[in-house]
Amino acid sequence: MNAARKLACVVVLAVCAVSLAANWLAPAGYAKQFREAPSAPPSRQHLLGTDEVGRDRFARVLYGTRISLLLAPAAALVSTALAALIGGLAGYLGGIWLRLARGFTDLFLSLPWLFLLIAVRALLPLNTSPLVSVLITFLILGLLGWAASARVLSTSADALRNSDFVLQARASGLHGPRLFFVHVLPNLKPVLYAQFWISIPVFILAEANLGILGLGVAEPLPSWGSLLRELEGMISFREEWWRLAPLLLLIVVMTSFQTLLSNEEVTA
Amino acid sequence: MNYRRAFLRLLAGYALLFLILTSGSAFAQNGGELRFCLRSEPKTFDPLLVDDDSSLSIRYLTGGVLVRVNRHTQELEPELAESWKVSQDGKQITFKLRRGISFSDGTQFFADDVAFTMQRLMDPALHSSTGDAFRSGSGAVSTKIIAPDQISVTFPAPLAGLDRLFDQVAIMSARSPKKEAAVLGPFMVAEYKAGSSVLLRRNPNYWKKDSHGRRLPYLDSIRLDIQPNRDVEMLRFKRGELDLINVIDSDYFDRLAATSPQLAHDAGPSLDSDFMWFNQVASAPIPEYKRAWFRSTNFRRAISQAINRDDLSRVVFNGHAQPAVGPVSPANKFWFNSRLKAEPYRPDAARQRLQADGFHLQNGALFDKEGNPVEFSIVTNAGNKPRERMAVMVQEDLGKLGIKVNVVTLDFPSLIERISQKFNYEAAMLGFRNVDLDPNGQMNIWLSSAEDHAWNPQQKSPETAWEAEIDRLMRAQASTADPKKRKESFDRVQEIVAEQAPFIYLVNQNALSAVSSAVEGANPGILSPQTFWNAERLTLNASARASR
Repeated sequence: MNAARKLACVVVLAVCAVSLAANWLAPAGYAKQFREAPSAPPSRQHLLGTDEVGRDRFARVLYGTRISLLLAPAAALVSTALAALIGGLAGYLGGIWLRLARGFTDLFLSLPWLFLLIAVRALLPLNTSPLVSVLITFLILGLLGWAASARVLSTSADALRNSDFVLQARASGLHGPRLFFVHVLPNLKPVLYAQFWISIPVFILAEANLGILGLGVAEPLPSWGSLLRELEGMISFREEWWRLAPLLLLIVVMTSFQTLLSNEEVTA
Repeated sequence: MNYRRAFLRLLAGYALLFLILTSGSAFAQNGGELRFCLRSEPKTFDPLLVDDDSSLSIRYLTGGVLVRVNRHTQELEPELAESWKVSQDGKQITFKLRRGISFSDGTQFFADDVAFTMQRLMDPALHSSTGDAFRSGSGAVSTKIIAPDQISVTFPAPLAGLDRLFDQVAIMSARSPKKEAAVLGPFMVAEYKAGSSVLLRRNPNYWKKDSHGRRLPYLDSIRLDIQPNRDVEMLRFKRGELDLINVIDSDYFDRLAATSPQLAHDAGPSLDSDFMWFNQVASAPIPEYKRAWFRSTNFRRAISQAINRDDLSRVVFNGHAQPAVGPVSPANKFWFNSRLKAEPYRPDAARQRLQADGFHLQNGALFDKEGNPVEFSIVTNAGNKPRERMAVMVQEDLGKLGIKVNVVTLDFPSLIERISQKFNYEAAMLGFRNVDLDPNGQMNIWLSSAEDHAWNPQQKSPETAWEAEIDRLMRAQASTADPKKRKESFDRVQEIVAEQAPFIYLVNQNALSAVSSAVEGANPGILSPQTFWNAERLTLNASARASR
């Protein structure tokens, strides 16, 4: 592990640790409205000032980071598992199954996913608590985000299907699920890891996009999406630099993820 | 001697030239080009088919009308009609027209143009929303040309506030081959680049003159850039590329006022209101116990009393809004019921009302008499930041009573489908953009049979006694031409709405606008169009004229 990757690893871990300690670091909470001080600049009481309705921005950044950083990997796990199931299996089976799976994946990739997300989000029951809404949002992201990974995995599994060691295993009488789980899937691991890590920033940004449209995590729960949305209409960065904190955090975390990904597993 | 006379003549000539070049608006026939933005593409240039804000702006600037509501005084003033008279029964209006007026293409204006316009306006095949306001009952609208400068229009049933409705009717030429391009207003459409801009030029045949006898308008042209992005609009205004912003948000307003207070104009409360309501539709897919809450006057009034409207005005709109009283803004000078006051923030009174209905607190959460926790969702449109902030503040206010509120932002089509077709919602928060001073413009909201009777639309017969009373009063005010009787009826409607709270009115936003210092004669008001309602008398100062 080179120095840059070590640093990236430290940054990601530090951000995770700080966000998990939000209860102690920001006792005011993310929802309390200090209505006598809306849009206040940084102060001892509010380290990053307050938002438009007087909520402590520091607390919101910490809690928002916790939500985005914990749930994006969960969504990535769901999408990678689906991708492994659909893409990996289709590549392993080959023939008509591979063509069908690729056709289905291409069809899924061609769908305007943002509109699809908006439509699915609008169909959800209205009386869901903010916590449930955030879980649903990331679950939807996970369920809809498998296609690109599945395409990569189907190609890799297709290549493995005709590899010498799989042919040898087949010649030894190994067939069906056992061959897939014992010989094919373990060799897909590097690709699966890479797809998992790649998906995390994608889902964080997707939630941010939904948040910008006002369709992400429900109020008063914060997320990076809703925090970034506050930057809309910001004209002077010099006067209100502290409002850029969530954006800077997003850039730092995304860069760290990309640095962590730049290893042999991804390039494999 | 001759040299001396010649020198004096030369001096006098220079003095005259100097006066002309340096004089202000008195000599300002060459008023230059005014520039501002339309926030969307105009859907039509046909004045009778106008249904969107951009087309409305163009119609206002190009269309000639018989009478005009003065956007400042709110009084009706003569325009193409010198005088007019509404019959006792409110079914007929007779106009005496000005003579010697021409359309922009030179075609003469006569009474048959008014007849042509009215016949086209009322043609059911045209589907004109402007025409819908004139549909008073079954039967045709007839016109009678009494003389080339006199015409009467007769309607099948009485129309209250009939004369004011003509403020929206731009007269078209019956004879001009240019059809809607021939106009009677101060400007005419000269160029339209789809997605980019609309250029209006001065109508050379415009009939109006100023007190010095100079023909209006002063401006040479108006360039309307199509620009939906408000950030870009504000940046361009600050750079001096735009002269007006008709309506701006309170955030932008404060930023502008901080650096250039003379450019930011707050005209006070507008006619617009933001409000919320509960779903009372009998067939709505919501639990029966929740419908019972929403149908309880005590519950609705308690919610209303638990909302801190002062905080909404101060925090969300930075003080550029007033706590709303009811369906009529105090800005509507004649129709506002001044006996009513905005519901004050009284959480204790709200608790008492809820207790009277059997609600009780348990571990900080409110439960109804059957033991159901009080929880409901408020839907509002995604992307409207002030409204989203209000919903979050209402969420916290009601949380203090132990009520759990879920704020749900939806894209606009989904929201409209839920609140007007499927009725699959519990509470909604929206705004009412009012452009009509007369209560007749709100008939589609208050009649229990109306489609826009949001809390329980299209009732076959009124489901409550107070809705039946509102129906009666609204019909009574619509069937008489006597302003005093109409006012009495509509005052009572406002009182019933305050007592029953079918709509919980939150705030009336102020009319905020921006006018460049290059513009002379601007007097921003509360009625649309706020900044250019007197466009024919606006001028640009000498430096702005010289730079364009």
